[in-house]
Amino acid sequence: MNQNSDAEPIQPNQVSANCAATDASQQKTAIKVFGIGNAGISMMQRLVDSGLQGVEFVAVNTDAASLLGSSATQKIHLETKLMRGMGTGGDPERGQAAAEEAAAKLKEICQGAGVVFIIAGLGGGAGTGISAVLARAARESGAIALGFVTTPFDCEGRRRQNAAQEGVEALREAADGVICLPNQKVFKLIDENTSVVSTFKLIGDLLADGVKGVWRLLAHPGLLDVHFGDFCAMMRDRHMESSFATTEAIGATRSREAMDKLLAHPMLDGGQLLAESDAVLVSLIGGPDLTMVEVNRVMGEIQGRCDGAHVMMGAAIDEKFCERLAITVIVARKGEAPHENARVRMKPEELETQLLSQTATTKPKSRLVPPAPELSPDKVEQLLTRQRAGGTRGRKASAKMRQGQLPLEIISKGRFDKSEPTIHMGEDLDVPTYIRRGISLN
Amino acid sequence: MFDPSSIIVGLEIGTSKVCAVVGELNAENALNIVGLGQARSRGVRKGEIADAPMAEEDVRNAIVEAEKMADVEIRSVYLGVTGGHLRGFNNRGVHPVVSADREISEEDVQDVIKNAKTINLPAQNHVIHAIRQHFLVDGQDGITNPVGMLGARVEVDVHVVHGNLNRLQNAIRSVKGLQLEVDDIVFSGLASSLAILTNEQKELGSLVIDIGGGTTEYVVYTNGIIKHTGVLAVGGDHVSNDLAYGLKVPLSRAEQLKIEHGSALMDDSVKGQNLAITNELGLPLKEINLENLRQIMSLRLEEIFQLIAHDLEQAGAIDYLRSGVFLCGGGARIAGIAKLAEQVLQMPVTIGKTNSISGLKSALDQPEFATAIGLVKFGSFQQRKRSAKATLTQGIKSTIGNFFKR
Repeated sequence: MNQNSDAEPIQPNQVSANCAATDASQQKTAIKVFGIGNAGISMMQRLVDSGLQGVEFVAVNTDAASLLGSSATQKIHLETKLMRGMGTGGDPERGQAAAEEAAAKLKEICQGAGVVFIIAGLGGGAGTGISAVLARAARESGAIALGFVTTPFDCEGRRRQNAAQEGVEALREAADGVICLPNQKVFKLIDENTSVVSTFKLIGDLLADGVKGVWRLLAHPGLLDVHFGDFCAMMRDRHMESSFATTEAIGATRSREAMDKLLAHPMLDGGQLLAESDAVLVSLIGGPDLTMVEVNRVMGEIQGRCDGAHVMMGAAIDEKFCERLAITVIVARKGEAPHENARVRMKPEELETQLLSQTATTKPKSRLVPPAPELSPDKVEQLLTRQRAGGTRGRKASAKMRQGQLPLEIISKGRFDKSEPTIHMGEDLDVPTYIRRGISLN
Repeated sequence: MFDPSSIIVGLEIGTSKVCAVVGELNAENALNIVGLGQARSRGVRKGEIADAPMAEEDVRNAIVEAEKMADVEIRSVYLGVTGGHLRGFNNRGVHPVVSADREISEEDVQDVIKNAKTINLPAQNHVIHAIRQHFLVDGQDGITNPVGMLGARVEVDVHVVHGNLNRLQNAIRSVKGLQLEVDDIVFSGLASSLAILTNEQKELGSLVIDIGGGTTEYVVYTNGIIKHTGVLAVGGDHVSNDLAYGLKVPLSRAEQLKIEHGSALMDDSVKGQNLAITNELGLPLKEINLENLRQIMSLRLEEIFQLIAHDLEQAGAIDYLRSGVFLCGGGARIAGIAKLAEQVLQMPVTIGKTNSISGLKSALDQPEFATAIGLVKFGSFQQRKRSAKATLTQGIKSTIGNFFKR
């Protein structure tokens, strides 16, 4: 958001989205939700059905059939000669190519939007390929691009996982913020008998909840406002592993109840995830009767659970929420090393396609275009060497570890072997004192 | 004698022995010890039951012996509990005095005590004791009875001892399995301190350390109230285990060596001395170094006292012990232990004597019976309270009855 200076014409729009205290007509143009690919469109359908007001829905796909089934306000069918009406065939590059071809059109649609939500299921062809291009187009047209994406189940195979990972990386570079929900996490919410259909419905609901949580923060008059800039700053670099949870409670003890439900929520590993997170976004929605004490209680509880994390909160009032309280938490933490490696591995290919692709070179130099191509050769090399060094170091370290673990003398605890150990200030008092103090007997 | 309410039994299921003591309240409400039964304990580790059938058998043996000696039938017992899961802390209750004249009434006192006893603990924890300490009236400390005083705010501290409910339940169940009732459970350390300390010593400030087989309990009294309690799940068993490990002898042999040759102190006389262990036929088996034996023991015992000293320092209780330290439990029998404790704790240390009860004097004046005797003493306090209440209600009943008769 710090590049705002050279984008005067769009600022009014942004302001309206940020302050979220505008009339309905302005909001209508302010927020656009894009569903991309089969998965994205079906997940967006949940949002359409839930009746978000003042939001325009756009369905984008390479496959005409799924567009027909969508009730989005606007439908865009991307087609290239290469596809011959067959869709992308699960190839992200084809999706990307199709999107690049239609970049101008996408940009046009994004025109006038303050915030663009991009909903996609990564791993396939359309969602993975198009979302990054769309994000770039949205930013170029002056909107803020925010990705809500899922990554595939582990059982869907390595190829899709890798593709999804690259998709996340690409989207991260292009969009202002990405919130990523690994589908695998949904397993915690389903039981033996949950059907595939209802599982996907659940994923759609979760994602829709996440979008709604953010949308409410931005679009509702807040007791405590969240500035979009802050939100983006929080999400940047942290979206490898995100998780959502939404809970609701009614009645006098609603704050406590909702909090209890939240802490027991399987998506947060029973509150465990809060402790490991390094950024947390809390969105509270209540009726006009929401009290500061309740807000304070919820926030105090959450803040206590995740010390060291960047906690951001917004509280909003919705007339319909009388006596109710909904808490939406988005928990993000930094990605892990393997993803970084995967990214390095794939980078050279990406560079080639960028050089070959016409659209990439003719791209207008906008404030929002990431300087990735210039930086990446150095970065690739640097990262590759680091990876190599890291690899050998890791091996060496593990070898050393193994040697260190060879026990010279096994300290048995004798008759206390099977009883509960007596641990006092980190010392096991069942082990003889003279051994713990390192006193040798002659 | 045949009034069952006058018979009070203390039962301690210890790590090394199970001990039942039978006491009797005579006509003047004075406590007299009439029976004692004990059995070697085999089902207990670190003060907690690890083998329930074994423990039950040992309890039965001890109870039967005590019944024979006292010539009574035991129906209910006061049960001593201990273990590393027990924790003690102080909690304060506050109550504003609302009456117009600011005089503190009996109800205010009841309310403030109730407030102090409402403790937020996890569901699986059970409060064993909530012992009242001093009252504070408008911040003024050290008031024992505030009724009738003037003030705006009454506060009271209680010392709470709590433990894991399931683990406490284990001990209770093995007693109930023998068709015995449990009158109450009592923290063993508290029982020992009741047996050993006189009121004067409680007033002056004392520390009682009960070094048992599996656990070491300690209780601090200052100004006549219980200030601090604690349990270390380390005891005589650990000493034996260290010896077995360090000297490479079987555990039973280590136990024997500890009793015959053990000492809490290292002295120069044992330097370089060897000890030949023989088997039952008198043939030499192996030689062990007496110096090593002493060193292993001394280090372990020293550590126990250091841990206690550290805990008391943390609790800020170590500076108020003007009457010194009293040792009891089987560990108090170790030669030189008082001297070692003096070195570590830097205050006078004596072996506690259970001299505040009449009865089988010579048999009972042993440090290891302190807990069981203390349990009987605790029971006698409860019994007196109960009988006082009973006579009160009886009195009321009879007056009402008389009223109607007339």
